[in-house]
Amino acid sequence: MIEATGLTKHYGKTVAVDDLSFSVQPGRVTGFLGPNGAGKSTTMRMILGLDSPTRGKVTVKGRDYRSLHDPLRVVGALLDAKWVHPNRSARAHLQWLAKSNRIPSRRVDEVLDIVGLTQVAKRRAGGFSLGMSQRLGIAGALLGDPEVLMFDEPVNGLDPEGILWIRQFMHRLADEGRTVFVSSHLLSEMAQTAQDLIVIGRGKLISQTSTEQFIKDATEDTVRVRSPQLDRLRELLAGRARIADAAASDGALVVHGVEPSFIGELAAANGITLHELSPQLGSLEEAFMQLTKESVEYHAAD
Amino acid sequence: MTLLAVERIKLFSTRSPWWCMLLALGLTVGLTAIIAANWDGSPMPVMGAVFTHTFGLYVIMVMAALAVTTEYRFGTIKSTFQAAPDRTSPMIAKAVVVVLLSALVGLAASFGSWGLSWLLADDTSQLALSSGNDWRHVAGVGLVFGAGALLALGIGALVRQTAGAVSIILVFALVLENVVGLIPNIGDDIQNWMPFLVAQKFILGDPDPSGIPDGAGPPAIGELSPWGSFAYFAGIALAIYIISLVVVKRRDA
Amino acid sequence: MIEAVGLTKRYGKTVAVDNLSFTVQPGRVTGFLGPNGAGKSTTMRMILGLDRPSAGQVLIGGKPYAQLDRPLRTVGALLDAKWVHPNRSARAHLQWLAKSNGLPDRRVDEVLDMVGLTKVAKRRAGGFSLGMSQRLGIAGALLGDPKVLLFDEPVNGLDPEGILWIRKFMQGLATEGRTVLVSSHLLSEMALTAQDLVVIGRGKLISQSSTTEFVERSTENTVRVRSPHADKLGAMLIDKGFTVREDSDGSLTVSGALSDEIGDIAAGSGVVLHELSPQRGSLEQAFMQLTGDSVEYHAELAETGK
Repeated sequence: MIEATGLTKHYGKTVAVDDLSFSVQPGRVTGFLGPNGAGKSTTMRMILGLDSPTRGKVTVKGRDYRSLHDPLRVVGALLDAKWVHPNRSARAHLQWLAKSNRIPSRRVDEVLDIVGLTQVAKRRAGGFSLGMSQRLGIAGALLGDPEVLMFDEPVNGLDPEGILWIRQFMHRLADEGRTVFVSSHLLSEMAQTAQDLIVIGRGKLISQTSTEQFIKDATEDTVRVRSPQLDRLRELLAGRARIADAAASDGALVVHGVEPSFIGELAAANGITLHELSPQLGSLEEAFMQLTKESVEYHAAD
Repeated sequence: MTLLAVERIKLFSTRSPWWCMLLALGLTVGLTAIIAANWDGSPMPVMGAVFTHTFGLYVIMVMAALAVTTEYRFGTIKSTFQAAPDRTSPMIAKAVVVVLLSALVGLAASFGSWGLSWLLADDTSQLALSSGNDWRHVAGVGLVFGAGALLALGIGALVRQTAGAVSIILVFALVLENVVGLIPNIGDDIQNWMPFLVAQKFILGDPDPSGIPDGAGPPAIGELSPWGSFAYFAGIALAIYIISLVVVKRRDA
Repeated sequence: MIEAVGLTKRYGKTVAVDNLSFTVQPGRVTGFLGPNGAGKSTTMRMILGLDRPSAGQVLIGGKPYAQLDRPLRTVGALLDAKWVHPNRSARAHLQWLAKSNGLPDRRVDEVLDMVGLTKVAKRRAGGFSLGMSQRLGIAGALLGDPKVLLFDEPVNGLDPEGILWIRKFMQGLATEGRTVLVSSHLLSEMALTAQDLVVIGRGKLISQSSTTEFVERSTENTVRVRSPHADKLGAMLIDKGFTVREDSDGSLTVSGALSDEIGDIAAGSGVVLHELSPQRGSLEQAFMQLTGDSVEYHAELAETGK
C-alpha cells in the first residue's frame, strides 16, 4: 500500500506536485493518469526516495522509502527502461541489483525466465530493443518478489503480444494481493488494465476512484437501439418528456438519458420488435478529457 | 560487505574500467621502459623508475570519475539509490572498491616500472630499495593512486557528467597547476600548495643523496615533508569526497 | 495510393520481407500491424526509398519513391521522431526541409501551428520532450501537403490529449482523400483509428481487409441478453439450436445467433428485453488468433513468487 499525504514538490518557482494526497490499495491494479507535466513522474520518484518532497510525505507500507531495509524486497519499480549501463549484460545488471539487497542469484535466472529474456541474458543491454529493455526493467522490478510494484509506461516499445502479456501479468500480481501502481498515457490500454484510478493535473489530485465510477461520473450512458419498427419507437420515446434527443446513425437510434430496460419494457408493451438494445458505456478517454480539460500542457490547434 | 560485492560486479561487468587500468599500467611501465633503456652515463636512481607514474595517475582518476559519472549518464544511479536509499553506504562501498583497486594498479605500475628498469638500465647500482625513502618512491605510488581515485570520485559525484569531471581533473592537473606559477610575485607561493604538485613531492621528494645524479634535483615543490605532502593531498581528496557525500545525500537523484 | 508487389528484402541470410503484396487505398486510414520483427519498419523504409528491395517493388501513385519529383510534396513520413539535429531549432529544422523541396517559408509557420508548436518554434529540438519531438516530426510530414502519409508509432510519447488529437488528425487527413498508412503496436488504439488493416508476420502478408472484417473473421460473435423472462427465452433459444450460457449476473450469452433473430423470437412470444447487445471480439483477440506463430519473444506467465 502506498500513501501520500500533502505531498508537495517545488523546483525553484515551479510547483511540480501540489499538496497531493492519495492511497493505493493492495490487491488492485491502480492507474496513475494525468496530462504531460501533471507531476506523475515526480510523484513516483518521491515514492522511491529519489527526490525529496518539499512538504508532506509519502509512505510505502507505512514507512518512508529511505527507512526500508532491503527496499527491493518491498517495492519493485520500473520507471525508465533505459536506466541500464549499455555495456553491461542483462544478467550482470540484475546480479548487482540482487546482490545489493541480499537476493539469491538463482532469483536472477527466475526473473529472466519470467520475462522471457533467458536466451539473451548474456548480451549487452545497450543492444536491446526498447521492448527487450522494457522486459529487463520489469525483471528488475520483480527481483525482490516485492509486495508493491510501480510501473511507468510499462507497454512502451512492447509489441501486441508483449502488451497483452504485461496486462495479464499485472492483473495476476494484483490477484496475488500485491499493490500495483501503473502510470500511462494510453487510456484505451488503462481502461482494460486498471481497476482503480488516481488522476492528477497540474500537480493536484483531480480524482481518486474506481475506473468504472470515474467513467460513470464524467460521461453520459447512451443506449443504441435497432428495430424494424424504429419510427414507432421514436414516436413513443419522443412522447416521454424526459428523453433526450435521439440521433440516427447507420439505421440505429442512439438514446440518451434512459435505462435500456425502460426502452425494452416500452417496446414489449407496444408490440415492437427489437433487433438491438445495447447500453453504450462512455470511454475512459472521454471521461479523462472531460475532467482534465484545464490542465494540459500543449494544445494543438484543430 | 554485500555492497562491496555490488560495486565490484558493477565495475567489472563493463569494459571501460579494464581498459583504463590496462592503460594506466601500460603507460607508466612502458614510458619507464623507454627511459630505463636510454639512461646513459650514470647509475639509474629509484626515483628515475617512477617519474612516469603521473600519466598513470591521470588515467586512473578518469576511471574513478567514470565509475560514478556513468551511473548518472545511464540512470543506474537511480537503481542504486532505489536498492540502498541511504545513499551514503553505496557511495562509500564504491569508494572502497575503486580506491583499493586504484592503489593496487599503482603498486603494480610502480613495482613493474622498477622491475623493468632492473632489466633494461645499464647501471643498476643505485636501483636497490635500500632505505625507507627508496621504498616510499616506489610503494608510495599506490597511495597516491588511491588518494587520486578518491578525489576523482568526489569530483565525479559532484559534477555528474563524464566530460565535465574529466576536464576538471585534467585541466587542473596539467594546465592550471603549472600556469599558476607564472603569476608574478605570489605565483610560486600558490604553486607550493597545488595538490598534484605536492603529491609529486611525496613520490619524488627527499631522495637519498646517493640516489640522485649531481645537480639534477627532482621537481619537488612545496614546503611540506614528503609524508606531510601526502597527508595534504589525501586530505584534499577526502574533503572533496566528503562534500560529495553530503551533496549526493541531499540532492534529488 | 501505395502498392507493393512481390516486395522482398534480405539482409544477408535473413529474409526481413518475403514476397509481400498489398495496396493501401486513399481516403482511408490503414493500420499496418505485425509482431516485432515482422518487417514493418523495413517495409516502410522501402516505401520511402531508404532501403532497396532485394526483389519486387513498391509504388506510390504508380511510381517508385526515387522517381518522384519533389517527393515531400507527394509523401510525408514520420518514422523516427528523434531524426532531428538536437541543436537546431524546430523552425530551422522545418525550414531546411521546406527549402529542399521548394516549399514556401510560410508553410513552415502553418504546419507549426497545426501541431501546436508555434510557441516553442525557436527552441532547440534537443530539449524537446518525446511528445514535442513527435509533433515536430508530424509537422515535417505535413510540410509538402502530401497526398500520401506514413506514420510509425505516431502516439509514442504523446499524452492522452495528444493521442486523441493525432487520431482525429489522421482521420481528418483520410477524409480529405489522402492515403494514410499507420504502423503501431497499440491495438486498442488502432481499433479506434484504422478503417483498413494490413497485417504481416515474419515478412509475409497475413491479412488485408477492413478492420471490422478482420475482427469478425477471427473472433466469435455472441449476443448478450438480459430479460426478466430469461429462463423462458433461454429455453426457446436452445430449442432453436443456439448455444446459450447463463452468466453469474443472470444475463445470457448466446452464440450462433444474430441479435435480430433473438429480437424476433422475443417479440414473437412477448418476452420483454432489458438488453440485446451484439458482442464483438476485440482487435487484440483477432490479432493474437492470426499471428500466434510469428512472435519473436515469448514470455512465460510463470509463477511470480519464489
